[in-house]
Amino acid sequence: MQYADTRRRGAAHLAAGLGLALALSGCTLLGADDEPTPDQQNPQDSAGETSETSPQNAEVVLVTHESFTLPDEVLAGFTEQTGYQVVVQASADAGALTNQLVLTKGSPIGDAVFGIDNTFASRAVNEGVLTAYSPSDLPPEVSEHALPGEAADYLTPIDYGDVCVNIDDAWFEAEGIEPPQTLADLTDPTYADLFVTSGASSSSPGLAFLIATIGEFGADGWQGYWRDLMANGAVITSGWSDSYGVDFTFSGGDRPIVLSYASSPPFTIPEGGEEPTTSALLDTCFRQVEYAGVLEGAANPEGAQALVDYLLTDEVQAAIPDAMFVYPVTDVELPELWAQWADVAPEPIQVDPELIEESREDWVREWADITTG
Amino acid sequence: MGRHHHRLAPARLIPARVVPAVGVTLLALLPLAFLAVFFVLPVGGMLVRGFYPDGAWDLSGVGEVLGRDRTTRVLGFTIGMATLGTALTLLLGLPLAFVLYRLVFPGRALLRAIVVMPFVLPTVVVGVMFRALLSSGGPLGFLGWDRSWLAILLAFVFFNLAVVVRTVGGMWEGLDRRAEESAAALGASPVHVFRTVTLPALLPSIVSAGTLVFLFCSTAFGVVLTLGGLRYGTIESEIYLLTTEFLDLQGAAVLSVIQLIAVVVMLALAARARSRSEATTDRAAARSVARAPRGSDAPLLVIAGLVVAFVLTPVLTLVARSLRGGSGWTLEHYRALADPSATTAMRVSILEAVQNSVSTAVDATIIAMVLGVCVSIVVSRRPRRAGARRLVSVLDGAFMLPLGISAVTVGFGFLITLDRPPLDLRTSAVLVPIAQALVALPLVVRTITPVLRSVDPRIRQAAAALGAGPLRAAWTAEGPVLGRPLLAATGFAFAVSLGEFGATSFLARPDRPTVPVMIYELIGRPGTDNMGMALAASVVLSLLTVSVMGLVERLRVGSVGSF
Repeated sequence: MQYADTRRRGAAHLAAGLGLALALSGCTLLGADDEPTPDQQNPQDSAGETSETSPQNAEVVLVTHESFTLPDEVLAGFTEQTGYQVVVQASADAGALTNQLVLTKGSPIGDAVFGIDNTFASRAVNEGVLTAYSPSDLPPEVSEHALPGEAADYLTPIDYGDVCVNIDDAWFEAEGIEPPQTLADLTDPTYADLFVTSGASSSSPGLAFLIATIGEFGADGWQGYWRDLMANGAVITSGWSDSYGVDFTFSGGDRPIVLSYASSPPFTIPEGGEEPTTSALLDTCFRQVEYAGVLEGAANPEGAQALVDYLLTDEVQAAIPDAMFVYPVTDVELPELWAQWADVAPEPIQVDPELIEESREDWVREWADITTG
Repeated sequence: MGRHHHRLAPARLIPARVVPAVGVTLLALLPLAFLAVFFVLPVGGMLVRGFYPDGAWDLSGVGEVLGRDRTTRVLGFTIGMATLGTALTLLLGLPLAFVLYRLVFPGRALLRAIVVMPFVLPTVVVGVMFRALLSSGGPLGFLGWDRSWLAILLAFVFFNLAVVVRTVGGMWEGLDRRAEESAAALGASPVHVFRTVTLPALLPSIVSAGTLVFLFCSTAFGVVLTLGGLRYGTIESEIYLLTTEFLDLQGAAVLSVIQLIAVVVMLALAARARSRSEATTDRAAARSVARAPRGSDAPLLVIAGLVVAFVLTPVLTLVARSLRGGSGWTLEHYRALADPSATTAMRVSILEAVQNSVSTAVDATIIAMVLGVCVSIVVSRRPRRAGARRLVSVLDGAFMLPLGISAVTVGFGFLITLDRPPLDLRTSAVLVPIAQALVALPLVVRTITPVLRSVDPRIRQAAAALGAGPLRAAWTAEGPVLGRPLLAATGFAFAVSLGEFGATSFLARPDRPTVPVMIYELIGRPGTDNMGMALAASVVLSLLTVSVMGLVERLRVGSVGSF
């Protein structure tokens, strides 16, 4: 390395690089106003003045979690139908989302919310962060997923997913071991050191799984179950990506039993293969339903209502499986792979949302004490 | 001289010290206002919510939270791990600092850039890399360290080596060798020379780096969660849990205050060590003393080689895994990155995400540089009065605070405090670069301040005496040495902003993913393709940051990223 020589060139490179970076970046702070797109505009810029006159160009701010995504053309369809533009404000998971809404009650950061699930729905309703709105004449298959009691007036079901134990069938076949079927099986010595799950305190499928075990073994039985599970060598990771992506045998790990979703198997069809090499245990599932609603104090309540309605249209419902890996609540056609390989649980484990809201904190604390001992 | 004499007269009408004092105060106002609005206000807001919940002070929870078994355990684990992490990082970092800053050999600049890389990588990537390495199927699975505290310890070392190597290395490079040579000439053994001459001279920078590493270790969050598999809680992960899951703001506030006190103590220690180290630098900045390696350096070279291998192992694992597909080696994940229709999980291609990252990082860098230069000028002045001097060092420390405070506290704080016009910024796209600038700002200040302090104030005074206004005088004296540090700090701030994820992830953000956000979302989706793409995107991000740091390294500013 010739230092004296390269040093000057390095400085020139850096200068050139920064120049390039500036050019690449196009719209930085200074230029941000030049090319507003529906997704990135600051709602304060124009919403106030235009929404009262005509919906043309008025905005609806949708507060949601980080997993929300819909194809651009689907979002554009909403603007075509109603004249409103959607501005997406995405952050954190369902729990953090709900708590953000509670914290900002009275001065909400948007008009509509999508992504509150049935493990947090009661908190949102009880804390008064929502205003009553539900699309008229919901089809029966949608009402089936509605929250019990008055809460149904505040939150409309949009999609659902079953959180279930998944197994690597290929692994069990190769080892010549009969795969497990139920939650109780997981504490059997046959399946010692084979199960990995994500934690209830740090991941939403983890919380759903804890609730499933409470639904299955009761308010006084689940603690014993979890002690047995831990004694049988279960391990807990912080999140789904970790347990599924690193520890699951399908991804090259050493654990053939993992907590995932009923919709995961279609993604395990090998290249050139015909069928998935993994499957979901449908007797172990807890159903997570995701809801949308209108926020109390919304600047644009009409737009928010229109958006909730739109989320139930065929356009959105049909796009949901591919975009968000969950099932639509209406009877739209499913993508082929889903129709063929992603069965939902016929009888998912049920726990009353009000009971979840009352006890969630105690459960998670107790769970943490048992599992982190 | 005589010809200029008449010009001196008007300047005397205003006492010479007053003008700079006013200017310096004005310069301090902008960054202070920024800190007040984007740090003090949100953090204060969260603390008030915790301690003053329904319009009345309620401190009953303090005893209750402190009395919990869990709190004690979390505090113990946090302090224990931070202590171990700091000790090990220093132990491995010192030989590496020696090799990279006292010896001359080909490839040294590249190695220096590589060592800094972990510091600017997003934790989510590092977490997955370490898990892939240590899990029982991974190359180091035989160690059995997966999900153990040892894995967390390794990650602490991995992340913080840069702090030790740059801080101590920068100091070591400028250390005058004559004292060591004299001691050796008088018959002292190399070990003895190190203990009696070198170590005392380095000690301030070692203490300074050590306190910072301790601070980073004790506030580490993502990596503890990922690698510890929830078995281990730290104060930071507990604050996150209490806030986002339980909405137990009182419990979170109690822990935040404990953390705040600890951070202030650490920063005060670091500042004291630093002021001593700068005094030493002034005396010794005589000549560069790096030399070619010789036989007696072999043990240190071996240790340094092992440490570099340790840094490279997870990175190379990542690269290898990003090149593996269903049917062997392949570039398919990289090709998929450029193709927005490759996965339904993403609405944009990597190119767009890189563009988003770059434009956000440019904004963050501009903010950090403007504020950083203001702060550096202010804190590099050495007022004669003790009170003013103390004020300057408090100001210096204040801008380090955001490094040590839970991102979730700041993020949620934004939501509840900046919620009405004219400052309803909660949903503004501006918040992301602002959050990144808060992270980069201390690094900018720590890069530029030592350079400014190294300029003899008498040069400025002389310029002023010759009739230059305060700005002109400062520019004449300090301008010539500032060019490179400014460029280097810009590059460093840019690299840090590129990889920043923690603060960004807590903010309500527009649907415009940066590369770290994209990686995070890809990792959270089913399908091996998504995982492959996440790994490929991580490699792209690492290349970006290493290139930027490589260019910074070419500028050879010893103080970049040192504390």
